Amino acid sequence: MASERKLARRENWILIRKRPGFIVGSVIALIWVACALFGPQIAPHNAFDDYAKPNLTPRSGHLFGTDGLGRDVFSRVIVGARNVLSIAPPAAILSIVLGTMVGLLMGYRRGLIDNIVSRIVEALLSLPTVLIALLAVTTLGKSNTVVISIVALLFTPIVARTVRSAVLGERDLDYVTSAKLRGESNFFIMFREILPNVSGPIVVELTVRIGYAIFTVATLSFLGAGPPPPTADWGAQVSENFSNLLGHLWWPTIFPALAIASLVIAVNLIADAVQSVLEA
Amino acid sequence: MAQYLIKRIALAIVTLWILATAVFMIVHVLPGNVGRHVLGPFASTVDVATYNHEIGTDRPLINQYGSVMKSIATLDFGNSYQSKQSVNPKIKDALFRSAKLAGLALLLTVPISIMGGRFAAQRRNSLADRTIVTLGLATSSIPEFVTATVLAWIFCIEFKLFHVYANPPDGASIIGQFRYLFMPSLAMAIVYFGYIARMARAGIAGALDAEFTRTAVMKGLPNGVVMRRHVMRNGMGPTISVVGVSIGYLFGGIVGVERVFNYHGIGSTIIAAVDSHDVPMLQAAVLCVGIVYMLATLAADLAIAFLNPRVVLAGNR
Repeated sequence: MASERKLARRENWILIRKRPGFIVGSVIALIWVACALFGPQIAPHNAFDDYAKPNLTPRSGHLFGTDGLGRDVFSRVIVGARNVLSIAPPAAILSIVLGTMVGLLMGYRRGLIDNIVSRIVEALLSLPTVLIALLAVTTLGKSNTVVISIVALLFTPIVARTVRSAVLGERDLDYVTSAKLRGESNFFIMFREILPNVSGPIVVELTVRIGYAIFTVATLSFLGAGPPPPTADWGAQVSENFSNLLGHLWWPTIFPALAIASLVIAVNLIADAVQSVLEA
Repeated sequence: MAQYLIKRIALAIVTLWILATAVFMIVHVLPGNVGRHVLGPFASTVDVATYNHEIGTDRPLINQYGSVMKSIATLDFGNSYQSKQSVNPKIKDALFRSAKLAGLALLLTVPISIMGGRFAAQRRNSLADRTIVTLGLATSSIPEFVTATVLAWIFCIEFKLFHVYANPPDGASIIGQFRYLFMPSLAMAIVYFGYIARMARAGIAGALDAEFTRTAVMKGLPNGVVMRRHVMRNGMGPTISVVGVSIGYLFGGIVGVERVFNYHGIGSTIIAAVDSHDVPMLQAAVLCVGIVYMLATLAADLAIAFLNPRVVLAGNR
């Protein structure tokens, strides 16, 4: 059983690896991960206090030009990958862990707990995530821990709903019944019997959630709930320099905007490839 | 059908109650003293206490919770802490502005997305299909403030075709307003194109493969009739519900677009209320977004039930 599962997993992985969307997405995402890890080493200039002439147009030496303070936009875009990538994926992973636990409980136990949690999920879904996150961040203070926890909590119900519906398809199958007859504990049945069999939808959900987490974190920074200056952060860079667009100084705004776009598209291409293999 | 309707409405009310309670809880852990925040750091302690007493924030939480529930039931959300005037007219204006933007965005995106989805579903795995699917994936995954920023830069600043400041002056004609509202709605439309088109494609593809479609073709019905009466009618369910959800999100979720184009919709009202600790304004705005979402999803569910009565039966299971 376990070895069969391993084999199936390897086959899926080979299928995923072959998809063009996955290849393109991974290459782009890996470039940004490298920037997040080694940003200050890769960047040609210091992103914080290396002041050249302000508002230089893109040219050799300053590939993306310089911003209003004379900082190199190219370097700030490279270094800026770190902030979003150190917040969004942990938030997504946390929401998957919490959502899986809640979803397993809802789907396996059904009844009152399922009904109550389902209502709460519905209510949370009716509100734009970004607005609630913004409200919570202003309340609790702007820190990475707060943003990670809030985004994770807001995504948890959505993950729980996905896991719940996957569990509903499993709970009446023979292997669950026989585990019950063997007298296994509910905990064992949920986590050791059902969980491995719903891992496909959970992996898909993880890749999708990472995409949404990046989306949400970037939007929060854009709306002013990001890290304080002079930290390089893409969303904050767009909002800081936005008004300069009116004076046709487009490069400090448009390059970080394109960086956000390329990262979310890359993650979604990966998610789409994973989804089309695992849910086929 | 009546039973389904009643059940659906009752659920919507329960959900709204949970929402209101959640908002109440979040709002009441907002740090700081409202009176201090509104009156400023130099006001005397006595003044602050008097102010807090006037607006009722020194009452027990359970009393305050009661008045919030009452304000939802009567749709009268009390007076703003900032202006001391009823929040209702301000909320109404903001909702109306958001409705204009959301309406135009839907008008732009729904027909094109459904046509795109249908086109793709009929040519599955062709180059056109893959282009539409990948394009949809890309457009719906980019945060709307990024799309809005790029559009504003290209069309409003470099080419000066539209206004960057999206609030039309009072008394502008419909055509005049269009030059203000078109770009922000387009930014929203681009975000939702992906969701709706991919959903339409999946639904229509499923209906195209179904037995009933095969039967309809085999009995010699013309293609147009098969598409209209069998495929579209059965395949549009998921699309309608995603449109319903989108309406809710278009109302409140597009803060980024409102910010880029300086538009005073319900989203920026919420942000302003958060910044100034204007609790009644905040509660009213957030709950209105919730109510719009409820109504939109309710309408979508009813439309689906109307098109495909089997849904009602499945819902009663």
